[in-house]
Amino acid sequence: MADHRSKLAAIVRQHEPQILSEWIDLLAKAGGRGAVERAEVEAHARSFVRLLADAMQADDSGGIDGPEWTKVRDMLTTLSSSRTRQGSSPTETATFIFSFKQPLFTRLQGEYRADAEGLARELWTATLLFDKLGLLTTEIFLKSRDAVIMRQQREMLELSTPVVALWEGILGVPLIGTLDSERTQVVMESLLQRIVDTGASIAIIDITGVPTVDTLVAQHLLKTVGAARLMGAECIISGIRPQIAQTIVHLGVDLGNVATKATLADALVLALARMGAAVTRTVPRA
Amino acid sequence: MLDGKPPAERIPILKLGEFLLVTIQVEMHDRLVMTLQDELTHQIVRHRARGVLIDISALEIVDSFIGRALGNIANMSRILDAETVVVGMRPAVAITLVELGLNLDGVRTALNAEKGMALIRRSLGPAGGLDAGGS
Repeated sequence: MADHRSKLAAIVRQHEPQILSEWIDLLAKAGGRGAVERAEVEAHARSFVRLLADAMQADDSGGIDGPEWTKVRDMLTTLSSSRTRQGSSPTETATFIFSFKQPLFTRLQGEYRADAEGLARELWTATLLFDKLGLLTTEIFLKSRDAVIMRQQREMLELSTPVVALWEGILGVPLIGTLDSERTQVVMESLLQRIVDTGASIAIIDITGVPTVDTLVAQHLLKTVGAARLMGAECIISGIRPQIAQTIVHLGVDLGNVATKATLADALVLALARMGAAVTRTVPRA
Repeated sequence: MLDGKPPAERIPILKLGEFLLVTIQVEMHDRLVMTLQDELTHQIVRHRARGVLIDISALEIVDSFIGRALGNIANMSRILDAETVVVGMRPAVAITLVELGLNLDGVRTALNAEKGMALIRRSLGPAGGLDAGGS
């Protein structure tokens, strides 16, 4: 590599104004949807070219993992995540990098007019480099998306597991959404804590909002029921839709001796009966 | 054993009329739980206890051995015809036991000692409290 030292950095430096203006024109053509302002694109392009030239000068190994590339990587990280927030697609962001190739290759051609071997070598180095940079932006896009998904998941977890007091000594747990092991843990913990706090002796777990009940979900339900029982509270499972009843039986899931009811209203009547309470109508039905 | 301490550590079993009260106030270890099992079964027979209340509200750590042993103790007491209730289990302990697959089926539970005692009284029936030492 020593005798074939890449001249990419020098070429970029030398032709910076032309490369930059051609590149910005390309970007303007490509970015037809206007998600990102033209002035912003120009500012990004300018600082990218400068950082890129510095990095290529310092490290021409073809990799972008070295400490010399930290500034470029940081710049792309900020760029990609801010664009993701603005709603750009990963293709648009990657195109930002890939479209730099065209003006650069034109300059290379001019520079290596007489040296085909040298041109091929430089093209290969540049292609490798820009592919890596492009992939980096996509990776960052995915990462920032993942972060958003994780945050929403956490929020949903907190939102969707309330434990409500239905009556003196009767708690209700309306479950909404899929019951995975993480949510089971949260449900169990909040239910048991409420049992301690309120001294409730009956808990009604309503699964109207649980889309499917497979063996795993059933197991999670039974775990919750078992834990509540160890704390001295009986559980009633309510909100079993016809479809769910069919699946449970077809899968051969054994709900043990847990009381089950079709609706929360039925479960509440049963719970009240177990508490020795009854609700009576004071005004005759019209 | 616990460095230097004599292994004389015991869990007290209190007799209250025809009930036996076991309050576990120290962290359990394997030897202790076996001693308790031995003593409690003997005491139930000696005092002809009708009800046993095991309070584990101070118990913070359980493993599979102690969990199983607790279930066994409760089942043994029941075989000796003493209504047995385990009371005061902490949420963390309950979750641990369930995760270990120890549902303690057949063991009666209550939230606290008061509720547990009410449960025993209820299941012994109205006459339960009267013919205490008699029959």
